Amino acid sequence: MNIVVCVKQVPDTASKINVKEGIVDTEGLESVINPYDEYAIEEALLIKERLGEGKVTVITVGPERAKDALKSGLALGADEAIHLIDEAFKGSDPYATALLLAKALEKINYDIIFCGKQGVDEDHAQVGIALAELLDLPHVSVIVKLDISEDGKRAIAHREVEGGKEVIETSLPAVFTAQKGLNEPRYPSLRGIMAVKKKTIAEWGAQELGVSPQEVGREAAKIKMVEAMTPPGREAGKVFQGEEPGEMARKVAHLLQDEAKIL
Amino acid sequence: MDFELSKEHQLLQRAVREFAEAEIAPLSAQIEEKKEIPRNLIEKMAEFGLFGVPFAREYGGAGAGEMGYCLMMEEIGKVSSSVAALLGAHIGIGSMAIYLDGTEEQKRKYLVPLARGEKIAAFALTESGAGSDAASIQLSAVRDGNHYVLNGSKIWITNGPIADVIGLFAVTDKALGARGGVTAFIVEKGFSGFSIGTIDEKMGIQGSSTGELVFEDCRVPVDNVLGQFGAGFITAMKALDIGRMGLGAASLGGAEAALQKSLEYAKYREQFGRPIAHKQAIQFMIADMATEIEALRSLVYRTAWMADTGQEFRRLADICKLFGSEVASRAADRAVQIHGGMGYMRDYFVERMYRDARIGEIFEGTNEIQRIVIATDLFRELGVRIRP
Ligand SMILES: Cc1cc2nc3c(=O)[nH]c(=O)nc-3n(C[C@H](O)[C@H](O)[C@H](O)COP(=O)(O)OP(=O)(O)OC[C@H]3O[C@@H](n4cnc5c(N)ncnc54)[C@H](O)[C@@H]3O)c2cc1C
Ligand SMILES: Cc1cc2nc3c(=O)[nH]c(=O)nc-3n(C[C@H](O)[C@H](O)[C@H](O)COP(=O)(O)OP(=O)(O)OC[C@H]3O[C@@H](n4cnc5c(N)ncnc54)[C@H](O)[C@@H]3O)c2cc1C
Repeated sequence: MNIVVCVKQVPDTASKINVKEGIVDTEGLESVINPYDEYAIEEALLIKERLGEGKVTVITVGPERAKDALKSGLALGADEAIHLIDEAFKGSDPYATALLLAKALEKINYDIIFCGKQGVDEDHAQVGIALAELLDLPHVSVIVKLDISEDGKRAIAHREVEGGKEVIETSLPAVFTAQKGLNEPRYPSLRGIMAVKKKTIAEWGAQELGVSPQEVGREAAKIKMVEAMTPPGREAGKVFQGEEPGEMARKVAHLLQDEAKIL
Repeated sequence: MDFELSKEHQLLQRAVREFAEAEIAPLSAQIEEKKEIPRNLIEKMAEFGLFGVPFAREYGGAGAGEMGYCLMMEEIGKVSSSVAALLGAHIGIGSMAIYLDGTEEQKRKYLVPLARGEKIAAFALTESGAGSDAASIQLSAVRDGNHYVLNGSKIWITNGPIADVIGLFAVTDKALGARGGVTAFIVEKGFSGFSIGTIDEKMGIQGSSTGELVFEDCRVPVDNVLGQFGAGFITAMKALDIGRMGLGAASLGGAEAALQKSLEYAKYREQFGRPIAHKQAIQFMIADMATEIEALRSLVYRTAWMADTGQEFRRLADICKLFGSEVASRAADRAVQIHGGMGYMRDYFVERMYRDARIGEIFEGTNEIQRIVIATDLFRELGVRIRP
């Protein structure tokens, strides 16, 4: 069973995001593996452990520092890592990212492909689904449970929908995007971390993937971010005190009605 | 000169920090109250790999070296001194004695389960009549066929009451004393004639289990002689070098936590209409803590690097222990002061830290003994032989 997990490096959600000249300034941001991808990796490892055989490969599109996300995956127990890296890939939109991943996947064996349901940085939630389309594979998104049949040919996935649950059966290979609740991601073991330096990370660029620089990157982007801005800071709340309670309540009601227009 | 940690060590540091914050910190008060580290925490720590950080991978360790060991002890020291004591005694001295001087067979049999955390180790040197003067131990080992028969007792042994495997130091030739008359043994808790005596109540690190080990005609197979016959004192001293460096690292973590708590408190506690952070008296304590912490960090990391690169690091390890334990005690003292009355309240983090820090100046050789050893070593280079 060959399981591939697409991972993305994102800024730590605990860090303070700065916007400079209309784009997010990544300078000095602490980076982590996208949290939804952690569920994806965990599920891949669980399947491998349950079957007692298989190979888990982590793959990413990103700059040099994104290697850390692959290393995190290797530390958790992934067997192999592939880094899709090229100057030409810079600024790729979700479609181009999916295209690059699809080109890479065409070169390797896979039975199951996992992605996180979305990246917590830009929240597009597109890559996994676009990837499935490009590879002409079935996909089930936002899954919270996955069972693989004995013969490894079919899978039953559960997904949470408004007010209920959907149970979907699919043939394999297929693409699944992981939602919180799918499992409880493990810590990387310290032995796993120290074993990372013994594992090699393959690097594939435009040439290896057979994509032309015109197909991907900032220029080819089908969608463009026009502007990013930080939400306006909240003003300090108004405090009423020391007056007759009925009078204060009247003032609050007035503000809610006329200023906040909530009532 | 390059002060950058390797990528693997950075990942290890982050992983241990996350583990410590998520799994140990929430239990650290309970650990003191119940005077016990819960079994299922020990199991989680084992699975995570905390018990074998410095040991080679072939023996079940993480292969992270002394640098990995120190980074780990620093992070654990931030959240629980009792857990740090468990790991320090288990790795730094107990298992380390086997790692350094054990035969291949002994390593397979004992070190592998210890490094995996399936078994717990202790290191037993101190006796009621032999503390600082460790060379004057009395516990005797007499050969009887394929066994040694041990008689005597050890006191204040960290992990003693919970240990499965004990690195034990006994007298095999009274006349020779520490120079050839002390032999190290590997004792299993199930050996006949071995029992646990008094379990000690302590000022701090109450979650760490400390107790007396009693040997009454305890039979230990000759295969369990650790290292060369008669060279046990050297084994003990070599293991203690690593232990002292680790103690310095755990002290570093403790001091960092004291500073962190102090910063947070001073930022929020208002007196005289302003946070006390604005008072110079507070700022000076904070600055002194930070200064000592940075000096200690450089010292500990450099000592670990010396050990990992095969250089002589013994004096530096003693300095780590001496300076580290005193930095941690001073930091805890300042943290209590900055917290005012709050710092004196039972089971508030800094009150506990103040009690916990104190042991660092006593065990693994008192700080007086460290000073003597450091000075003796310096004078030796000048050809002056200092007598204890
Ligand atoms: C909580 C705890 C855990 C411990 N864990 C272990 C363990 O796991 N394994 C183990 O083997 N031991 C352990 N010990 C024992 C510890 O190492 C000893 O307590 C320590 O070495 C000091 O010995 P002592 O208590 O007998 O003090 P003493 O040696 O009696 O010292 C009393 C005082 O005299 C000073 N002093 C002694 N000799 C000199 C000298 N020559 N010059 C100047 N001053 C001197 C000392 O510095 C100290 O201030 C532990 C102790 C404690 C409290
Ligand atoms: C066991 C115990 C018994 C007590 N008994 C009594 C009692 O019987 N009756 C009673 O009334 N109170 C009692 N107290 C309260 C005690 O007097 C106060 O805790 C003490 O005055 C300090 O106040 P605080 O704890 O609020 O600390 P804070 O005033 O918050 O001080 C925190 C820190 O800031 C420093 N600081 C504050 N202001 C300044 C400044 N202007 N410049 C420089 N540094 C500053 C302090 O020195 C301290 O280090 C008791 C407290 C304890 C712990």
